[in-house]
Amino acid sequence: MTAPAILPARGAADRLTGTFWRRPRLLLVLLITPPLLWLGVVYLGSLFALLLQSFYSIDEFSGVVKEEFTLKTYGELFRAQNLDIIVRTVVMATAVTLACAILAFPIAYYAARYARGPWKAAFYLGVMLPLWSSYLVKVYAWKLILAKEGILGWAAAGTHTSWIIDGILSIPGLEGSSLSTSPFGTFLVFVYIWLPYMILPMQAALERVPNSMLEASADLGATRSQTFRTVILPLALPGVIAGSIFTFSLTLGDYIIPQIVGDSSRFIGLTVYQLQGTAGNTPLAAAFAVVPILIMLVYLTLAKRAGAFDAL
Amino acid sequence: MRSDATWGLKLAALGGLLFLHLPILLIFLYAFTTEERSYAFPPPGYTTQWFGVAWNRADIWPPLWLSLRVAAISTLMAMILGTLAAAAMARARFFGRDQISLLILLPIALPGVITGMSLRSAFGIMDIPFSTWTIVLGHATFCIVIVYNNAIARMRRLSGGIMEASADLGANSFQTFRHVLLPNLGSALLAGGMLAFALSFDEVIVTTFTAGQQSTLPIWMLNELVRPRQRPVTNVVAILVFAATFVPILIAYYLTRGGSETAGMGK
Repeated sequence: MTAPAILPARGAADRLTGTFWRRPRLLLVLLITPPLLWLGVVYLGSLFALLLQSFYSIDEFSGVVKEEFTLKTYGELFRAQNLDIIVRTVVMATAVTLACAILAFPIAYYAARYARGPWKAAFYLGVMLPLWSSYLVKVYAWKLILAKEGILGWAAAGTHTSWIIDGILSIPGLEGSSLSTSPFGTFLVFVYIWLPYMILPMQAALERVPNSMLEASADLGATRSQTFRTVILPLALPGVIAGSIFTFSLTLGDYIIPQIVGDSSRFIGLTVYQLQGTAGNTPLAAAFAVVPILIMLVYLTLAKRAGAFDAL
Repeated sequence: MRSDATWGLKLAALGGLLFLHLPILLIFLYAFTTEERSYAFPPPGYTTQWFGVAWNRADIWPPLWLSLRVAAISTLMAMILGTLAAAAMARARFFGRDQISLLILLPIALPGVITGMSLRSAFGIMDIPFSTWTIVLGHATFCIVIVYNNAIARMRRLSGGIMEASADLGANSFQTFRHVLLPNLGSALLAGGMLAFALSFDEVIVTTFTAGQQSTLPIWMLNELVRPRQRPVTNVVAILVFAATFVPILIAYYLTRGGSETAGMGK
């Protein structure tokens, strides 16, 4: 006796399977709805609340939030002291991004083109572990390093190079009693913390540069540095831009690092935190939080044009 | 043109790696110092007393439990939501697919301060009081993408043929999920879960906006950094936090190594 071509359904599960088979969209909708609801309600809802809040204002006498539409709060962003904060943050983010790109390149380049076998794994783990390991612990470690009596000062005194640190600390704008209270310290910690975010996309882009192109370049008589400048660098650029999205965006929003290392001058993140907390000015805090969103939108548009998203 | 790397490149690459790792070692060293008021280097003496002191400090335990609870719940929610999203997005092509993948990515692509401030605004407008759940709400949101990335990479690598084979052999969708999909997906999900746990346990930026007066372990640490009491105790806690993130990451790496989808590429 031959089995029938279509087996009879053994229960609800089988019948449901049949329904999914006939209507694949139904399964899709069932799968995507819970995460979509969560992200839509919790995340987009909150972003919307942020926007809404930023169009409210605060009553200067009572300190109570007035829940009516106004552009007054956004106007406050253009006060000199607030513009200062925005400019300082953008300058810091740019400097950090450039420094990360320069420091990351040799690591990414070596890992992508020369490291083989166990070295490859070592490089991968060597970048991934600092990327994932505790953010706060890493910041704390730098507090220990940069403190006046800390290891850096000790090493400088031992090698008679304290004049380098003193020199940096005497540059206008970077003053401080030690590196841990100087804006240069803030910069160093930012670079350290975000460096892995630059290395990984850079390495991914470099790994995709085909060897044949380098061979062709050599065959056509290019020197190593010519190959580097005219072949490798342009092909690696999308990776650099992809990495810079992270370093730039993360520096724009961070408020822990400037609070712990540096001269306590204010950055966007720190301002948002203080405004919503101690000052109780949630509308202005919300308006400040919109600034990095706008900057990142511009940045992402430019990055997209440069083809960075293929490298993500 | 497969010549060896120049010494300059080798030095720069190794130097870069050391730059990434050496600072963390100092945390360990300073947990044993006898000097509790400054960060004097080298430490004037060594002692193990701070581990005992930390153990007996009553203010460390409640934040530790809160962090563990938040990380556990957030990870569980992120694993469910992230896997569902990955299952839907892995093969299907539909209208709005790119927008959805952007939406999943957004919570970690935008600076944490925005996510935090957004949630804070929403809680303010809707008069939601701060609780463990307000923290979980934020954490689960940015953990979804971690699980999603791991799950979708594995699903893409799985051949669609095994699912069809399973159906041909008479299994229904649920049996296929239980006996074919889940065993193949298991290690990737576990890796995603590990990373999500590490991320949540250590998160401080979003948490400060959603915790109100509550204190998670990272918030406790942040307060100690701003107003230090017994500095070496902070180091002992830092070691604990470091271990609680380091070990899951290593496990995640070993669960997924060798594939193109090795965990941790996208944070």
